[in-house]
Amino acid sequence: MARITLDGIAHAYGGAPRSEADYALKPLRHVWEQGKAYALLGPSGCGKTTLLNVISGLVIPSEGRLLFDDVDVTRLPTERRNIAQVFQFPVIYDTMTVAENLAFPLKNRGMAREVIDRRVAEVAAMLDLTRDLGRRARGLTADAKQKISLGRGLVRADVSAVLFDEPLTVIDPALKWELRAKLKAVHRALDLLMIYVTHDQTEALTFADKVVVLNDGKAVQIGTPAELFERPEHTFVGYFIGSPGMNFIPARVSGAKASVEGYEFPLGAAYAGLPEGGVKVGVRPEFVALTSGGGLPVQVRRVADLGRKRLAYVTLGPHPIVATVPADFPGVGDAARIAIDPANAHVYVDDLRRQGAPA
Amino acid sequence: MSVRQAMPGIFALEGVGLSVGGAPVIADVTLALAPGSLNVLLGPTLSGKTTLMRLMAGLDKPSSGRILTGGQDVTGVPVRKRSVAMVYQQFVNYPSLSVYENIASPLRVAGLAGGEIDARVQEAARVLRLEPLLKRMPSQLSGGQQQRTAIARALVKRAGLVLLDEPLANLDYKLREELREELPRIFARTGAILVYATTEPTEALLLGGTAITLKEGRVTQVGPAAQVYRAPETIEAARVFSDPPLNELAFAKRGGALSLEGGRAAPANGVFAALPDGDYRMGFRADALALGAGAEGRLTFPGEVAVTEISGSESFVHVDVGQGVWVSLASGVRDLARGEKIAVSVDPAHAFVFDAAGRLASARPPAKPA
Repeated sequence: MARITLDGIAHAYGGAPRSEADYALKPLRHVWEQGKAYALLGPSGCGKTTLLNVISGLVIPSEGRLLFDDVDVTRLPTERRNIAQVFQFPVIYDTMTVAENLAFPLKNRGMAREVIDRRVAEVAAMLDLTRDLGRRARGLTADAKQKISLGRGLVRADVSAVLFDEPLTVIDPALKWELRAKLKAVHRALDLLMIYVTHDQTEALTFADKVVVLNDGKAVQIGTPAELFERPEHTFVGYFIGSPGMNFIPARVSGAKASVEGYEFPLGAAYAGLPEGGVKVGVRPEFVALTSGGGLPVQVRRVADLGRKRLAYVTLGPHPIVATVPADFPGVGDAARIAIDPANAHVYVDDLRRQGAPA
Repeated sequence: MSVRQAMPGIFALEGVGLSVGGAPVIADVTLALAPGSLNVLLGPTLSGKTTLMRLMAGLDKPSSGRILTGGQDVTGVPVRKRSVAMVYQQFVNYPSLSVYENIASPLRVAGLAGGEIDARVQEAARVLRLEPLLKRMPSQLSGGQQQRTAIARALVKRAGLVLLDEPLANLDYKLREELREELPRIFARTGAILVYATTEPTEALLLGGTAITLKEGRVTQVGPAAQVYRAPETIEAARVFSDPPLNELAFAKRGGALSLEGGRAAPANGVFAALPDGDYRMGFRADALALGAGAEGRLTFPGEVAVTEISGSESFVHVDVGQGVWVSLASGVRDLARGEKIAVSVDPAHAFVFDAAGRLASARPPAKPA
């Protein structure tokens, strides 16, 4: 058990970065608390795997220090870091039984028989593996094998952290729900520090207490799922979190009013001294409604029926906007009007959120 | 593979089956796919999506039934004599060829003239935003760029039948969102019959078109995606088309009363009134299960919170109701503690009722807008 401190951690492959762009991971200062679950979220090449590798010891960062509690582990090899890891594909021994697979990390450390048995039984119960304990792993489905991998990652109570590298990628949707929920329940029960790498926002948001959103090697925001959804600090967070992501509409903003293509609408806060260019209003599709009354006039390009809700893809002048269509809203024609919820509209200047004053 | 203009007419499977070692893997599949149509095969891993696509392509020969193109029997015709293109989940490109040559390869094999090849490659590269990458080698591309190259190769063939087998499964979430938007439109212009396999209900709904739900090698339902979602005819179709998984409860009707799994009784009002006596199963999705005790007419179940997942604007609350764990979709952020006692309720009018054979028994589908 530990607290992990990233003390100015940065990494440039090949060393000697000459500019910002040479960093695979730009300098990061943060503390991960014992017992919490964190997700590292971002697209391919964002630096999330590099960061995970720094923590596991596969990569020695070119800058900064990594502390487990107060011990500097920056240059320690993986096996001396006391961490457990779960990978994208199952890593288990086919010739061993499920129970032997789960016991392996404990046996390796010379733990007493009764401690091993108790812990294996506990983890097997949490993951619904009790019935399979006597079976050989060979012949189990990929899903079942990955469940055993998760179990092996969770079986040691004395680890500093458990690292997960896209562990549910190969799992079918229905089982994903089950495993995600189990993982979360196990986390609550076991009091472990967990770090979870994924490109899937649903996995990140549903699993983690806090999500680190990475883009281009930079942590653009670290926050709770609700914070990332409600107040993205960077346009990238607005785009990447949410499906579809946030709408960004180039606008002129003055006081508590925004103007797009000559149409004005109110904002929830007042803004002063904004530049002429580079200003966007950001609002999530959930907070743009098609209205039967007033609002901004738009052209409807397409309506997608998602069963429990519909999405309208519209344009306001040249600007594409996605709006949610309420379940009881009548048929949608070619032209419509939209209303933007002022309380959930944000203002971005050069991709960063500006804090407005109470309107 | 030959390169032809889009074939005219319906692509049909008539009672197609495939047995491997005596065991049926595809059973009695009958489908008629129209030119220009988008068809989504929806089912979990091992439900037969890839096997069915291989039969459609002519890569494998069915053990029973016929395959027809525009009324002409092509059952035994091998893939290279058909107008078919296929894209796999694992991007397949020739590692020693440039992106340009990868895209051009089927046209070179078919012996097209250089000018025609160039025109088609440039057009496909433009549509798939590969123009700046044409000189690169596959190893220099990201996963998304590699898959776009594979898709471009399928596009230039102008095949009458295009089979996409979970083409976006290995791509990043956001990239998937973008390509999912573009793909149907790109192929729609060619007039091809598009068949798209996925494990994800939301993907099937976003793509639209005709949904074909599969379960263990059988087609369980065919229809417009949103319609199959709202009015599944079998419990299998309802399960395949639910994400989070369908909440289920067994019950029996005897006389005027229901006895619910778990031992409770309930009056057979509303949708239950018209059911004949028998054993049933009701299923309802997460958005039909509300937190808290329900008003008169709703079925209320006591339970306790197993886990809460917050996904930005919504929360998925997993509630253990004794007979199993159900998922409720609640708006806003609900951070409920594990073990907290909580009731959940469902309006029977929003539940699907299936008979013992798994067929829809309730007279009308849940009241939801079209």
